[in-house]
Amino acid sequence: MRALTWHGKHDVRVDTVPDPEIVNPRDAIIKITSTAICGSDLHLYDGYIPTMKAGDILGHEFMGEVVETGPKSTLQKGQRVVVPFTIACGQCFHCGKQQFSACDNSNPADNMDIAQELYGQPFAGLFGYSHMTGGYAGGQAEYVRVPFSDVGPIVIPDGLDDDEVLFLSDILPTGWMGAENADIEPGDTVAVWGCGPVGLFAVQSAFLMGAERVIAIDHFPHRLELAKKFGAETINFEESKTYEALMAMTGGIGPDACIDCVGLEAHGLFGDNIIDQIKVSTFLGTDRIHAIRQAILACRKGGRVSMPAVYGGFVDKFPLGAFMEKGLTLKTGQTHVQRYLPGLLNAIAEKKIDTTFLISHRMPLERAADGYKMFHDQQNEATKIVLKPGMVEA
Amino acid sequence: MNDTDGVRSDDAPAGTAKSDAADKVGAGLPEQAGDSATVQTVTINKPRQELYSYFRDFSNLPAFMDNVERIEVKDRQLSHWVVKAPAGATVEWDARVTEDRDGELIAWTSEAGADVPNSGRVEFRDASGGRGTVVSATILYDPPAGVVGKLVAKIFQREPAIQARRDLRRFKQLMETGEIATNAMNPAQAREKEQG
Ligand SMILES: NC(=O)c1ccc[n+]([C@@H]2O[C@H](COP(=O)([O-])OP(=O)(O)OC[C@H]3O[C@@H](n4cnc5c(N)ncnc54)[C@H](O)[C@@H]3O)[C@@H](O)[C@H]2O)c1
Ligand SMILES: [Zn+2]
Ligand SMILES: [Zn+2]
Repeated sequence: MRALTWHGKHDVRVDTVPDPEIVNPRDAIIKITSTAICGSDLHLYDGYIPTMKAGDILGHEFMGEVVETGPKSTLQKGQRVVVPFTIACGQCFHCGKQQFSACDNSNPADNMDIAQELYGQPFAGLFGYSHMTGGYAGGQAEYVRVPFSDVGPIVIPDGLDDDEVLFLSDILPTGWMGAENADIEPGDTVAVWGCGPVGLFAVQSAFLMGAERVIAIDHFPHRLELAKKFGAETINFEESKTYEALMAMTGGIGPDACIDCVGLEAHGLFGDNIIDQIKVSTFLGTDRIHAIRQAILACRKGGRVSMPAVYGGFVDKFPLGAFMEKGLTLKTGQTHVQRYLPGLLNAIAEKKIDTTFLISHRMPLERAADGYKMFHDQQNEATKIVLKPGMVEA
Repeated sequence: MNDTDGVRSDDAPAGTAKSDAADKVGAGLPEQAGDSATVQTVTINKPRQELYSYFRDFSNLPAFMDNVERIEVKDRQLSHWVVKAPAGATVEWDARVTEDRDGELIAWTSEAGADVPNSGRVEFRDASGGRGTVVSATILYDPPAGVVGKLVAKIFQREPAIQARRDLRRFKQLMETGEIATNAMNPAQAREKEQG
């Protein structure tokens, strides 16, 4: 089959690789019909995530048709399914608590060593996201092997297009959990850093959860405009001073809840960010954390900080004092995708959440490398790129 | 916590001692072989008896112990172990069960002449909070000397703890989910990885 493979920093290629087959009893094989490029993929593309190997198949946002099932799979051939990027067994203690991204059993035993050393405990396997999280082949391909297919995939009813439901695989539940972790109360003002796909879904979710005002922060005018369409007020951090603007817009109180949807590659010519960049490039630190730093400083006393954005390693100048003195709460984590699927599928079917607005480009899988470059270089216009293996370009 | 570990001022298992861990572990074993210690623990969401019974049938162990090529069970006490070493070599020993408490504990020692002298015990205890069973493996092993020793050491001395940790994780996966997680793309690749 054809698949998008990683070969190094800014080097991804569509190669011919062996087709996947059923290995374990609960497996299924999915023929991919749509798969998206994610902001998390850019962290791989930019070489920020360790334990990648040349030839790894990327892609953790995908859906398609069931073409083969193992004897213990509950799926049936021909069903259309969206597959969560977090692989979960459904039977361990964590799955029992619906903490699916903490599943004990989906990461192969040998792959858990690195996370055990680095983080104290290993976590779930993820599709197409380095060997620390399992080394599973991803879904930017014609076919993918889905382990524990009786637990993860959600069957999509007829009448809903791929484009409407594809984002159930990651960014929609991620934006939703980002807002849920902000423990929003009626009357709240919520600030969202980053208007990428995750941020834009966090904006929609925050309103659905009862936020009175949402303030969205980015520097791409087109992305800010999309946030505005959903009712957010905006701050362009290249034109305005973010902290000062937030204080002025919240009567000096600060936002009740702050959501970091930026992650370890924060943009911008801020003093701390420039120092972080130097440290990253000289291996003195690993992550650029400007957004979360600013969120902690801006957040109101006793407020809540939610961090769906991904961080990988160690950071410097984390404002621990401000965090403590102001009595803030921080919640974060890889998304427990399975937990949110039925509810969000309903919300899409009932048109309470808009998903298709996000897609700026559709292209054949063969052009995936161009897609990566475009999503990386033209973030203003390229809000989300969907790859379709069978597509013939007009 | 551990009644057999002698006089100590805390409740931490003997295998985690900062000094003389092997002696402290050995003091709790009916018979001791090996002078390096490791202790590995996992919680498995299954009843104690079920886990004990599966483990007690040693012919089951190669299913999740990737470095064990085969175990010949001679009788309820005696078994012969053939374990992979680097470069296609194997190491072997006879093992004898030295203590066996149904649903609770299995202790063993290797017999004289073992390529890698080792002993230890696997314990099964009810986990707190109804979380199933805590399975802990305490293993003593002898880092062997010489050229063969170096080969052997590659799996036993350098990474004995890691091997045991991985084996317990696979045991948990098999017991909880009915299968062992793999990122293999096809059955042939899965076999290759197992033989690794
Ligand atoms: N927790 C999870 O399970 C999970 C799942 C998916 C994605 N993520 C993470 O969420 C983050 C966002 O994902 P995405 O797909 O929306 O990525 P993206 O790269 O498309 O969006 C990030 C946005 O942040 C903006 N930004 C950069 N620096 C900023 C700053 N200093 N202040 C405000 N905005 C700034 C960028 O301009 C961009 O629009 C990434 O870190 C991604 O890895 C996490
Ligand atoms: Zn994603
Ligand atoms: Zn699980």
